[in-house]
Amino acid sequence: MIAQDEKIGVYVCHCGTNISGTVDVSAVAEYARTLPGVAIVREYKYMCSEPGQDLIRKDIEELNLTRVVVSSCSPLMHEVTFRKACNDAGLNGFLFQMSNIREQCSWVHDDRERATAKAKQLLAAAVLRVGQQVAMEERIVPVRPETLVIGAGIAGIEAAVRLADAGRKVYLVERLPSIGGHMAQFDKTFPTLDCAACILTPKMVSVGQHPNIELLTYSEVEAITGYVGNFRVRVRRRATSIDPTKCVGCGLCWEKCAVKKVPSEFDAGMSMRTAIYVPFAQAVPNKPVIDREHCLHFTRGKCGICQKTCPADAIDFDIQDEILDLEVGAIIVATGFTLFDAGELARYGYGRLDNVLTALQFERLSHASGPTGGEILTKSGERPGAVAILHCIGSRDENHLKYCSRVCCMYSLKFAHLVREKTHAEVYNFYIDMRAFGKGYEEFYRRVMSEGVHFIRGKAAEVSTVAETPEEEGKLIVVGEDTLLGVTRRIPVDMVILASGMRPAEGTEKLARILSLGCTRDGFYLEKHVKLAPVDSPSDGIFLAGACTGPKDIPDAVAQGAAAAAGALSLIDKGRVIIEPITSEINPEVCAGCQLCIMTCPYTAIHFDSERNVSVITEELCKGCGTCVAGCPSGAARQKSYEDSQIYAEIEGVLA
Amino acid sequence: MSTTVNSNAGASASASTSTRGSDGRVFSYYPGCSQMAMNRAYDVSTRSVAARLGLELVELEDWNCCGATAYVAIREEQAFVLSARNLALAEQAGRPLVTACSGCFVVLNKANKYMAEDPELRSDITRALAAGSMRYRGTVAVRHFLDVVVNDVGEETVRAQVTRPLTGLKVAAYHGCQFSRPFGERADPEFPDTMDRLVNWLGGETVPFALKAKCCGGLMMTTQPDVGRALTGKILKAAKEAGADCVITCCPLCQFNLEGFQRRVGAAVGCDCALPVLYFTQLMGHAFGLDARALALGDSLTPVAELLHREAVHS
Amino acid sequence: MPDQQFEPKIVGFLCRWCSYTGADLAGTSRIQYPSNIAPIKVMCSGRVDPTFVITAFADGADGVLIAGCHPGDCHYSVGNYKAMRRFPMLAKLLDQFGIERARLRLEWISASEGHLYADLVKSFSEEVRALGPLRWKQRIAPLCESVDIARSQAATV
Repeated sequence: MIAQDEKIGVYVCHCGTNISGTVDVSAVAEYARTLPGVAIVREYKYMCSEPGQDLIRKDIEELNLTRVVVSSCSPLMHEVTFRKACNDAGLNGFLFQMSNIREQCSWVHDDRERATAKAKQLLAAAVLRVGQQVAMEERIVPVRPETLVIGAGIAGIEAAVRLADAGRKVYLVERLPSIGGHMAQFDKTFPTLDCAACILTPKMVSVGQHPNIELLTYSEVEAITGYVGNFRVRVRRRATSIDPTKCVGCGLCWEKCAVKKVPSEFDAGMSMRTAIYVPFAQAVPNKPVIDREHCLHFTRGKCGICQKTCPADAIDFDIQDEILDLEVGAIIVATGFTLFDAGELARYGYGRLDNVLTALQFERLSHASGPTGGEILTKSGERPGAVAILHCIGSRDENHLKYCSRVCCMYSLKFAHLVREKTHAEVYNFYIDMRAFGKGYEEFYRRVMSEGVHFIRGKAAEVSTVAETPEEEGKLIVVGEDTLLGVTRRIPVDMVILASGMRPAEGTEKLARILSLGCTRDGFYLEKHVKLAPVDSPSDGIFLAGACTGPKDIPDAVAQGAAAAAGALSLIDKGRVIIEPITSEINPEVCAGCQLCIMTCPYTAIHFDSERNVSVITEELCKGCGTCVAGCPSGAARQKSYEDSQIYAEIEGVLA
Repeated sequence: MSTTVNSNAGASASASTSTRGSDGRVFSYYPGCSQMAMNRAYDVSTRSVAARLGLELVELEDWNCCGATAYVAIREEQAFVLSARNLALAEQAGRPLVTACSGCFVVLNKANKYMAEDPELRSDITRALAAGSMRYRGTVAVRHFLDVVVNDVGEETVRAQVTRPLTGLKVAAYHGCQFSRPFGERADPEFPDTMDRLVNWLGGETVPFALKAKCCGGLMMTTQPDVGRALTGKILKAAKEAGADCVITCCPLCQFNLEGFQRRVGAAVGCDCALPVLYFTQLMGHAFGLDARALALGDSLTPVAELLHREAVHS
Repeated sequence: MPDQQFEPKIVGFLCRWCSYTGADLAGTSRIQYPSNIAPIKVMCSGRVDPTFVITAFADGADGVLIAGCHPGDCHYSVGNYKAMRRFPMLAKLLDQFGIERARLRLEWISASEGHLYADLVKSFSEEVRALGPLRWKQRIAPLCESVDIARSQAATV
């Protein structure tokens, strides 16, 4: 029921032709005039534009509108915009309602008549609903000044340093013993051929020394509660077995360690490490950890030679995992990627044939601090005479990664250049399409072509060891169709590099659950808006940066790290945040004290007041799911902005 | 009503394949035409080892041609109707369907899958079956006998049966193209290792064998002998060069091509291609201590009995 | 035979985090589906009071969809489980009303599954079309007035 004296303003948007191309906007506007309480109806090309918003503001002021409905795009897009316009003109923003006739109408229906009919339904629902809405005060809460950054690859490092430089406290959590991420493993970077370590290491050092950054390596986020501006974070610091206050990183312990055959994660299995180790020479922090899965003291209760050796008496086998409870205002997720497992494609022989390497293995092979000191050598220690680089391993493949991993073409070109430069070997690139989209990338492609690298357009079919000619004896034979020539090529080579694609880092899904984030079909985090809010998550106060939202190269990851820091900073610097009033309440006059709501609440936000014999909701803990409201048998529980009466009005409207 | 709560997480046919044997040990057995004649030894040895492993193979009553060989290439839908009739019979019998022939396996499996995925095909086939007063609801699981042995029966049971371990025997495990392709459900489509694992359980070892899933030439051995011989020759040559004492197969057509023409194949590829070729079931049966007759070793065209006798003496 | 002229009315209760966002994605991806569904946004599928569903039927809906995040992915961690547990009770209630159970669906659509949402609306629309109009007033209203009672109670709170 809409009261007699209501004056509702209805604004129907054309959205250029996005809406009007399918929906007869004038017919919708005409229909709106027949709805109860409607005082003015206008249609306009772009309601979200300044002149569009002005229409609303002017009408509120001049016609004393009591409520406003805008029929346009999704409320997830512009609800905030129009609510603010109402507020600016002196109408409480919660007396505004939106109907989504674009995303869920004009864009998904091509029949003009039916789309127009549906737009009318949706508009009627919004008008009836707005009649049930009540003026509310916005809830403003303070924002804590600290930020949590999860993941210390290049994106996380960039975000942390930016925030710290702005004078804000940052907790930087990294799962591995050192920060640096994948970039620390790389040799050169495309297209400039900058040495990755030369540009990354100074940043890593500044993270380690920054007074505003509290570095939590070898640690993982276990739980997060709270809401924007006021998150509570539980972090597990895994026991390193080293007292960091005593250790000086002298290195005697890992020299003496009896376990010497653990495949080095940092060298992608190309070398062996000890059980007590620092992952690489420039690690930050530059103090070892004991890998308890391999350490003899922990596996067999023997040894302890490191402890005997340590001159600083820093080794303590009794150190336990530590649980830290942090309070932060914002969270930046920068958990990065992992390489597609080339072993899934058995035809290329990874894991079965010698000298078939993944991209990361080649990075290590070519790296001056890698297992060969930067010399590109086959397993038998010889310089290769011919090297094949197979593009799109896992990527653009219906059976594996449907998407393009974006960086592989470029790093393959970099590899081709490095092989030519260091060994003069013939290099064969098997590619589907060359994608050189970034600044200076196409130029780099041309340069590498001019260096005499061969490009064969066609996806390699297999890497074979079955020779058909004497030249093929003892070689890896790459078989594939050259689609430009229309022939099958067999190229005998000494080394094959598999340009594996990128997939979400291990643990991405788990963290998504901890943070209530959504993931795409490919498993990467879903942004708030893929174009206009690429570093915002759908949850306020949680930002996303780097390859955790999809494959990215270094410049993009850095840009996102900085952008996420700016997002966090603008939240923190404002110091307060408006919380949408969607929490639930229990009317003590009606509550029968059955306590069913307490069982339904996911957040223990409801407790029982045994004195008054009623259940009570703690607003700070309530996140506004409304589950208790749906479960309340007496109708005592109600949810702000989603009152039963409002939803009934909407049902009535869509079925009118 | 069960459809109203839908997890939409790929509610595919596999979710509804209910006709498994009550204890996973009883199967409807589809021998296929080859095993009835030319490849009798495969049928005999399959039944023998199945009995040893406690698998009950109940021959599918009134089974017909699966539609493989040339038919499926020329009239695919009709071939699927033939397979669907077998599936309908298996559904009536209420057991999963197992075959040892890779050709039959592929066509039965394809018919089963495509019917589940393609409503148009399903309605065509349903109509064809109805003409014979039959109906198929899509509940039968189609399995290859090799897959059942390795993935269902498993290592422990197989090892427990071994009385003559194949110590020192080097085997080229030739899976052929149709065991794991096109679907790759239980083995890597390009590089299956199912028989490698099995040989290992039997106490033998497999040689690294790059051509383990390459084409044997199939029917081209008769239609285009030059091509067929070249393809078969590559496989035998690679197996010999890898140091194999023998090749094992899991498909009657592979077996036929690899064992039947070794002299002519050798001439075609310019090297000696003489190598014992036997079914994996024969090798397994030998390791289980079964006698030559139970494995129909006498049917072999290559010196399989001699090879196994030698091995038996060695171990 | 289903009435080809009959256009079923379907009300969809979509959770704001997954399903409503997924439905928006169908829009931004321009995936076409029938216009029979009218979406109503709620914060969580757990917010969907069974009375909403009955009311929708009573007000003229021929089908009702409840869509939320996939199990385990709920923004409120377990709200969708509550919806899932209420569902069988609701289905049973429909039985008692004489409403075909296929007129009500509970589905999981994530924010990235616009295509699945479109497929769902397509198949559900067809299914409800095949069932024909619900005709609550003729078939069910005489049987029961409890919904009106429940509704008036809710309105007074």
